Amino acid sequence: MKKSMTLLMTVVLGLTLAACGSNNGNNANGAASPSESASASPSASAPASESPSPSAEKLTGSILATGSSALQPLVEQVAQKFMAEEEYSGITVQVQGGGSGTGLTQVSDGQADIGNSDIFAEEKFKDADAPKAAELVDHQVAVVGMAAVAHPEVGVDNLTKQQLVDIFTGKITNWKDVGGADQEIVIINRPSSSGTRKTFETYALGTTTEDLPGSIQQDSSGTVHKLVAETPGAISYLALSYLDDKIQVLKYDGVEPTVENITTGKFPVWAYEHMYTKGEPNPVVKAFLDYMMSEEVQNTDVTELNFIPVTSMQIVRDIDGNITQK
Amino acid sequence: MEELRGKAYVYACILVLIVTIFSIVYFIAVRGLSPFLSDGVGIGEMLFGKTWAPDADVPLYGALPFLFGSFSTSLLAALIAAPLGFCASIFMTEIMPKLGKTVLQPAIELLAGIPSVVYGFVGLSVIVPFLRDTFPGQGIGILAGGIVLSIMILPTVTTISTDALRSLPSGLKEGSYALGATRWQTISRIVLPTMLPSLLTGIVLGIARAFGEALAVQMVIGNAPHIPGSLFESASTLTSIITLSMGNTTLGSPHNNALWSLALFLLIMTFVFVFIVRLLERRAVR
Amino acid sequence: MRAKTVDRIATGVIVVIAALILAVLAGLLAFLLIRGLGHISFDFLTSPPQTIKAGGGIGPQLFNSLFLLVLTMIITIPLGLGAGIYMSEYAKENRFTSFIRLVVEVLSSFPSIVIGLFGLLVIVNTFNLGFSLLSGALALTVFNLPMMVRITEQSLRSVPKEQKEAGLALGISRWKTITSIMLPVALPAIVTGTILTAGRVFGEAAALLFTAGMSSPRLDFTDWNPFSPTSPLNPMRPAETLAVHIWKINSEGLAPDASEIAAGASAVLVITVLLFNLGARWFGRFLYRKLTASK
Repeated sequence: MKKSMTLLMTVVLGLTLAACGSNNGNNANGAASPSESASASPSASAPASESPSPSAEKLTGSILATGSSALQPLVEQVAQKFMAEEEYSGITVQVQGGGSGTGLTQVSDGQADIGNSDIFAEEKFKDADAPKAAELVDHQVAVVGMAAVAHPEVGVDNLTKQQLVDIFTGKITNWKDVGGADQEIVIINRPSSSGTRKTFETYALGTTTEDLPGSIQQDSSGTVHKLVAETPGAISYLALSYLDDKIQVLKYDGVEPTVENITTGKFPVWAYEHMYTKGEPNPVVKAFLDYMMSEEVQNTDVTELNFIPVTSMQIVRDIDGNITQK
Repeated sequence: MEELRGKAYVYACILVLIVTIFSIVYFIAVRGLSPFLSDGVGIGEMLFGKTWAPDADVPLYGALPFLFGSFSTSLLAALIAAPLGFCASIFMTEIMPKLGKTVLQPAIELLAGIPSVVYGFVGLSVIVPFLRDTFPGQGIGILAGGIVLSIMILPTVTTISTDALRSLPSGLKEGSYALGATRWQTISRIVLPTMLPSLLTGIVLGIARAFGEALAVQMVIGNAPHIPGSLFESASTLTSIITLSMGNTTLGSPHNNALWSLALFLLIMTFVFVFIVRLLERRAVR
Repeated sequence: MRAKTVDRIATGVIVVIAALILAVLAGLLAFLLIRGLGHISFDFLTSPPQTIKAGGGIGPQLFNSLFLLVLTMIITIPLGLGAGIYMSEYAKENRFTSFIRLVVEVLSSFPSIVIGLFGLLVIVNTFNLGFSLLSGALALTVFNLPMMVRITEQSLRSVPKEQKEAGLALGISRWKTITSIMLPVALPAIVTGTILTAGRVFGEAAALLFTAGMSSPRLDFTDWNPFSPTSPLNPMRPAETLAVHIWKINSEGLAPDASEIAAGASAVLVITVLLFNLGARWFGRFLYRKLTASK
């Protein structure tokens, strides 16, 4: 008996040592793998810059993209396709969520190669952090359109800008005041830190709003969709990819939120999806970003996930909202 | 030699534990104190301010609505879970110990194993629509959060009070029965008063767990940064605002730092709860 | 007579409440299983998820959950056992010890979301382990360790004093007494406790969002070399667990059958936790009988 117990203890101790050992091993590993990704890139860049034809050398390395959970599905899908291409089979792309703020922090601190964001970096890195935004290079990879949505039984399918402002600032509290059913309005908003809310306030309302007492806040599109579909009198806003017949899509000043109306500039509520790099991207990251911007990806994956290709936009909008025709 | 090696091993382990704990406390304290030290936010302003508007032109960091939300949901949860838990543990120890041990106890322990994401999901699909149809309001709010939490902390309350009841000297009960007291008289006049500190321990630990729960509460409480006017109005807790905004803000920005302050407050509250439990336990032993 | 009536009413109330709790639990399980079971199939359990098409599975997520559990336990068990032995046998009863005990309790009821953020900034960024299984395992260790320590300490304390003293009286060293006399007696309780904490690891999401990550790379289930980036066994790869996956498809899922997948995955999660609980009970009893019978 005693013997078997000694044996057991040895096993436990062995495990401990193994754990310590593997721990150390992993630590070494951990130190190695990011440096590998870091060192792989320069080593890949060296031959690329030496030889004029980059295709002669096959790119190898790894890319970590983190940030916006709204953009994550698209980048993930494109990454799968990218890695399946024979030409890029030496590159590994990892895509993580965590929110735009996390993505910008990670790319600015150098922990991630790409920071995905729903919002311009300048709007997140303010005041003392402003220099951080200046270091980042913006790659606008898609456009996301947003529409105001309501519970199906509110009896309204169009709201003017002023009506929306009055609703979201709490001046109008019943649907009958905008020509709908006699039903109290329930605002389902996003938290004030959300990029989606920022876009909606800037381009649909033209003003920032306060969080009204009694308004509901959710940050995930899935939950917002569920709540709008189920809560009588609910109003909120969602990206085009979440629109379906369970909710009432509202026209904005009579304009329908369609891809065409957005690309021509008739429907103003949309935002760029950004992929930020710190400084100019190294060849590996650049290859991925170029792939992302290629006609093929823009016209298949981007539209498939209900984003709008940047390439099809007929207008360009800068950070201050100034619109120019392309 | 063997003794020495064993000793080295356990000391190393405890060292790892201590280092871990200290690094967490240090880390959160450094981040959480920075609004007060470098962003010029007053502690009083944060604790008693009613307006949370970190993105406004003049940012305001009043966290009172979150404190109110956290305290009210966890107290409400305890209020619901405590009587249920006591009844369950009395059932298991005094009334039908056999059935209790084979059916009720495993069932309640199973509740502890269900992940909080699943609780949030069930809360949003079952409890919120039910409250919406039964009461005024949208079904979302303190009550919905309290109900979800009460189910989550039921195992904690029940397990601790059951353990306490089982450890009661049997002489005490037998004496009471011998004097002709009924079971309920014995329970209400002898068992419960003797066990009160242990039962309270269970409740406080339950509240502590409810206080720190994030995902499930966030899904059903509504998250408006205001002190709600009723149980059925959207409200926020410390954890819900952290979950909601942490990923959207950049590290080191004043908004982000303020969220870390809330995390620091959670840590301090956890210390307070454990401290209360300590006091109660001391009374229970002597 | 009146006292008897009160007694009967009180008993009735208690029985009704006990039944109510059982009903709530049964309802909860029925709700999860009825919604989810229809969606569970071999294909669902083994195929990878889909972003926008219907018919995605949870294969990699299920594997990740189990593998993460194993990794966490490999780190937690030795550390927890050691620290638990220290707390029950070596620690002197002084302020420092009671302080450690206090902090251990604080850590075990600490909000997991904060541990996740701590993990992101310290484990993922500062130690540069990246979004990986190892980061996830370390974060989970942070809040599993205190439970493990407490379980070990309590189990060792419940060992009859005579057995310990007999060992020491025979002149066996303290360490030897602990490992060869006390641990075997305490083992069943430790094992049961450990498996129950393992169930908690399985369902944890908040701490993993920021450490193990929210996506899985392509996995090549024929490649078992732990150092290859597509190998399922590589601890340095990011891994989305089942609980995180449920959270993700509930919040941003675009697939047309997202809600069915969430329901199916929840059912799988609950069934697994159920198996853990039953398994822990059975194994603990089995071990107890085995160890005491051979004595």
